[in-house]
Amino acid sequence: MILARVVGNIVATQKNVRYENARVMLCQQITPEGEDTNYSCLALDAVDSGVGDTVLIVQEGWSASTASTGKAGAAIDSAIVGVVDHIDLLADEL
Amino acid sequence: MQLARVIGTVVATVKNESLGGRKLLVVQTLDRNLKESGKPMVAIDSVGAGVGELVFWCRGKEASFPFKREDTPTDCTIIGIVDSEAHVTNK
Repeated sequence: MILARVVGNIVATQKNVRYENARVMLCQQITPEGEDTNYSCLALDAVDSGVGDTVLIVQEGWSASTASTGKAGAAIDSAIVGVVDHIDLLADEL
Repeated sequence: MQLARVIGTVVATVKNESLGGRKLLVVQTLDRNLKESGKPMVAIDSVGAGVGELVFWCRGKEASFPFKREDTPTDCTIIGIVDSEAHVTNK
């Protein structure tokens, strides 16, 4: 899973049938310290996340499809499966 | 999934038979600011996309799921057309 920040969403009228009623969120990957990386991606929202939230994204088809549509076998390769409250790092404690 | 711009088409006469009738498009992946990111690649179309359109693709085995034949050999398929650049929220 990757850590990311939700930065927006997209609107697509013409899309795969399994994406009906789903929210496609635009996400920016971040480091555990909160810095942006150079990777951004789209993910289906499975947990009612919103812009600005730090989230967990699973990038594996079966899990993503099951989490966001309740059923496997959809053309979905990433889904937001958690909203992060906080991250504890060893470095912070030293 | 990632955003991409369709920048061309590919014609391949000799190909796997389950790819028959499928449209092969050259897509350039974009970052969240709609700037080019990485090298272009070839994707199969499943939604009727055309050159110049802003789309998003799905990678991996899941890329073959939109097709009736799940043995369709693809690892990248266009699965949606973004209505317009204004329909990409980025804060």
